[in-house]
Amino acid sequence: MEIDIRHVARLARLELDAAEAARLGAQLGQILDYVAQLDGLDTADVPPTTHVLPVATPWREDAVTARIDREEVLAAAPEHDGEAFAVPKVV
Amino acid sequence: MNTFATAGELLAALDAGEVTSVALTEAALARARAGAELGAWLHLAEEQALTRAADVDRRRAAGEPVGALAGVPIGVKDQIVTRGIPTTAGSKMLAGWVPPYDATVVERLHAADAIVVGKLNQDEFAMGSSNERSAFGPVRNPWDPSRVPGGSSGGSAAAVAAGHVPLALGTDTGGSIRQPASFCGVVGLKPTYGRVSRYGAIAFASSLDQIGPFGRTVADVARLMGVLAGPDDHDSTALRSPVPDYLAGLGGDLAGLRVGVPEEYFVAGIDPEVEATVRAALAQLEAQGATLVPVSLPHTPYAVATYYILATAEASSNLARYDGVRFGHRTAERVSDVADLYAKSRAEGFGDEVKRRIILGTYALSSGYYDAYYLKAQKVRTLLRRDFEAAFAACDVLATPVSPVTAFRLGERVDDPLQMYLADIFTIPSSLAGNTSVSVPCGFDGAGLPVGLQLIGPPLEEGRVLRVAHAYEQATAWHRRHPGEEGA
Repeated sequence: MEIDIRHVARLARLELDAAEAARLGAQLGQILDYVAQLDGLDTADVPPTTHVLPVATPWREDAVTARIDREEVLAAAPEHDGEAFAVPKVV
Repeated sequence: MNTFATAGELLAALDAGEVTSVALTEAALARARAGAELGAWLHLAEEQALTRAADVDRRRAAGEPVGALAGVPIGVKDQIVTRGIPTTAGSKMLAGWVPPYDATVVERLHAADAIVVGKLNQDEFAMGSSNERSAFGPVRNPWDPSRVPGGSSGGSAAAVAAGHVPLALGTDTGGSIRQPASFCGVVGLKPTYGRVSRYGAIAFASSLDQIGPFGRTVADVARLMGVLAGPDDHDSTALRSPVPDYLAGLGGDLAGLRVGVPEEYFVAGIDPEVEATVRAALAQLEAQGATLVPVSLPHTPYAVATYYILATAEASSNLARYDGVRFGHRTAERVSDVADLYAKSRAEGFGDEVKRRIILGTYALSSGYYDAYYLKAQKVRTLLRRDFEAAFAACDVLATPVSPVTAFRLGERVDDPLQMYLADIFTIPSSLAGNTSVSVPCGFDGAGLPVGLQLIGPPLEEGRVLRVAHAYEQATAWHRRHPGEEGA
């Protein structure tokens, strides 16, 4: 199976070099050929499973509890200005 | 203390005043350092561990109350975040990251007074079945260093098997606790989805990920599981059902137990030595009073395809957070805009397997393909779940091999992703169905490599699978063999 690997890589925000694109493209083709066996199953009347167990959304008080310190979080950022994360100029 | 003393034995010695936690922690750190060639550890948290150990010793000596694991050393898979201790998930993307918070399970270990001695190596972001996908080098199998320990929790399994620590935490998405437990000859439990909080487990596939315990005996795993399980305000999927006393629930015989044997797990492709070893374990269960019941899980052949759609789709979404902005790796190259910053940072930070899965998952979720792949896989997941529901109407637990093979050689399969995926065929179905399953040692192949027996129970029946595993373990001696020992 042929896929447009460049298009998918763009969607995934992944830069691939030519060799990587060729290798991953071929491997993905093989994997998708394998996955195609699912087409042989009739699932017209089968509901999808999104959660394995029936769980109701639990409720709790909307109370402020322990918070993570801003400085500690910013310390892990590649670049920040002391108050916010910094990125290259966008517009 | 004996290198291979269990957590239960260590607790008894600590309570009797025969040994201190500081001494046990120093010994664990020394063994981890001496065994560095296994590659099991990514970081040793010596200072924090010894500080906590000294505090536990002081409180115990003063007669103050201490927790259920007071003073016992434990290792934590690097997929689980630890405040103040570097956490990488085996990825260059997170090299040098020091999390500002603890995972809920780590808070629970601290509340139980366990001593976290360090972080354990793994396949990058838990994606792999051999631990060859760590950005920081492979882990080796303590039984034969030319072989893999399994994955993705390979460091956890190897460190416990080698006697560095009696206990470890791993994560299991499609077999990442059970398969390395089997390859390394230790006990590993995948809890029911939702039984253990996922808060602070770095997300791979959110509908499947679970944290679980490793130990060298079933009783140790039961003891640790009691500390980990239970609801959590930080994880809305953590189940509120009461947590039984897993340790107290062990014991009793197997009279009247119905053990289902699914025909689809004994098929072409399974190593004949693995099959013979597992069949001998089934005969042992029968000899202990259990009844073997043939059952069928007809959709088993579709499980791997289903899993690699769902898990990669969820991963492609979860791993979108690594963008070089808030934490993790950022490219040093000049970039033209933010999209370019993302693409370059991610290209440099992620390894080959992670890229492959992100691409596959992105494709499966992309416009025009969602129904054909993701929705289709979710429907087949329903069929797999129904298989198990029908089987559990006729039996109490299922008994199967964990893996069709024993530990393979490093490098042997790394270039063939699809073959690597297919090796997960016996662990993936119960993950998709949300069951609980344990891997317990059940023998060795001709090369002296461990074989694991998988016991699968219905959701929330951790107590049941542990009880069966314990009865089997007590009637056999596999758990008393250790790598590097006479006769091993």
